[in-house]
Amino acid sequence: MSAKRDRRNKLASRGVQIAFVLGLVLLWYLGSTYWGVSPILLPNPLGVWDELKDVLGSGEFLPDLQVTLTELAIAFVISCGSGITLGYLISRSPYLIRVFEPLLAGIYSVPIILFLPLYVLFFGLGPGSKIALGATISFFPIILNTIAGFGYVDRIFITAARSMGASDWQMFRHVLLPAALPVILTGLRIGFTVALLSILGSETIASLAGLGHRIVHLAEAMEMARMFAYIVFAVAIAATLNTITSSLERRAKRQ
Amino acid sequence: MTAGEVAIRITNVSHEFGEPGEAFHVRALANTSLEIARGELLCLIGPSGCGKSTLLNMIGGLLLPTEGTVEVGRTVVRAPLPREIAFVFQENALFPWCSVIENVKLGMVFQGVPRAEQEERARRSLEAVGLKDFMNHYPSQLSGGMRQRAALARALSLETGILLMDEPFGALDEQTRMVLGEDLSVLLARARKTIVFVTHSLGEAVFLADRVAVFSARPGTIKEIIRVDEPHPRNPGFVTTEKFARLRNQLYALLHDEIRKAVAQAAIAGPTP
Repeated sequence: MSAKRDRRNKLASRGVQIAFVLGLVLLWYLGSTYWGVSPILLPNPLGVWDELKDVLGSGEFLPDLQVTLTELAIAFVISCGSGITLGYLISRSPYLIRVFEPLLAGIYSVPIILFLPLYVLFFGLGPGSKIALGATISFFPIILNTIAGFGYVDRIFITAARSMGASDWQMFRHVLLPAALPVILTGLRIGFTVALLSILGSETIASLAGLGHRIVHLAEAMEMARMFAYIVFAVAIAATLNTITSSLERRAKRQ
Repeated sequence: MTAGEVAIRITNVSHEFGEPGEAFHVRALANTSLEIARGELLCLIGPSGCGKSTLLNMIGGLLLPTEGTVEVGRTVVRAPLPREIAFVFQENALFPWCSVIENVKLGMVFQGVPRAEQEERARRSLEAVGLKDFMNHYPSQLSGGMRQRAALARALSLETGILLMDEPFGALDEQTRMVLGEDLSVLLARARKTIVFVTHSLGEAVFLADRVAVFSARPGTIKEIIRVDEPHPRNPGFVTTEKFARLRNQLYALLHDEIRKAVAQAAIAGPTP
């Protein structure tokens, strides 16, 4: 009974969410068609739709998408590798946790995007500076969650395993890792989201290619409808990736 | 001492947390000696902070004595001896990411027991504690009493000669405690293990133990040992007998002054470790 009601409630709220988005698109349509909003500021959604079909149909988006996703993948591999390894090593010593945890949390609260000009100087306008920024920004949630995951495992689990003769490897495999995993996975998801955000953002500031670069390029050429089409496309890609990582996180936590 | 073989020999053992002169320096246990016979159930009872859990952890090799030695069989204990000693802790020592049967098996995984044998021993010990129908539940889905049954099954499955229990029913309500105590007595009479059992409960100590060691306030040491001559498994009716009441009262008298002393200490020194 109540499961059925839950389902109905969920459907109802999903319906309201969809209606809300459709309402916004309708407002957008009315505003740009009848209420005289300048097409330079807000192109007509039908025009945007046509451009989107053209962008997708022609495959024009592929090189830019490939650049952005490659940057994202490399940045994420770097921040996962370094964040998890260093986080684990720090978590092995209460002294290191006391020293590094507040330090890392402090640096994380600084707007790291400010390092972008420096990274452009170091690594150039190409993918190098985007990868460096994405890796730096996503490094912090990953290492902080890894420290929190491994560093605060309940003592009683460790004592119990020790009393039953667990070797170092068994302790890691059967106690530390499963105890820490949910917290680490949350760190990975947050890291992934902020990496994508910072890479798209930095492409719009200074770059040679990528989805963010394309969007700024179209804005400067005043091709507003096409720019909007690319924004819609980038939003869809980001939403898809975030949905995938969230569901991976949920699935891994269930096991 | 009875004619039986000595399973655990504790000789002049002391334990201090921290170094003398440090802000956090506690003499938990002072110059304690004790012999525990094979197959005996010994209860340790005493005021909070008297070092009874410390002594238990030293027997199990989880802590090293500052002075003195603990011997199990003929070996001096310097580290956990998982093949000879199993623990049951106060609470929440089950791994929440493992089902009940996985929890039981994990101890055997640590000891390299062959897979087929793990399954068989896990089932047998879960059946013995009455959790056969809850093997695939997770600890969070069980009541406190059932969790402690599962922890007991894990310890039994390791088939050690010695079982150390650190207030295993301490967090449970009175009725669950009573039932678990009765079941434990039946189980242990069958298992013929050497058991050291830390408790706060006078009734539990008299009901389960062959001997009860009463600790003094800190620095703790054994003040007196009381013998309970009553065959195992104990009959639930034992608690209503004159003998039970007499032993319980005797324990109460021994403990009362020590508890007052310990409370006075705690008021001065702050919380104990």
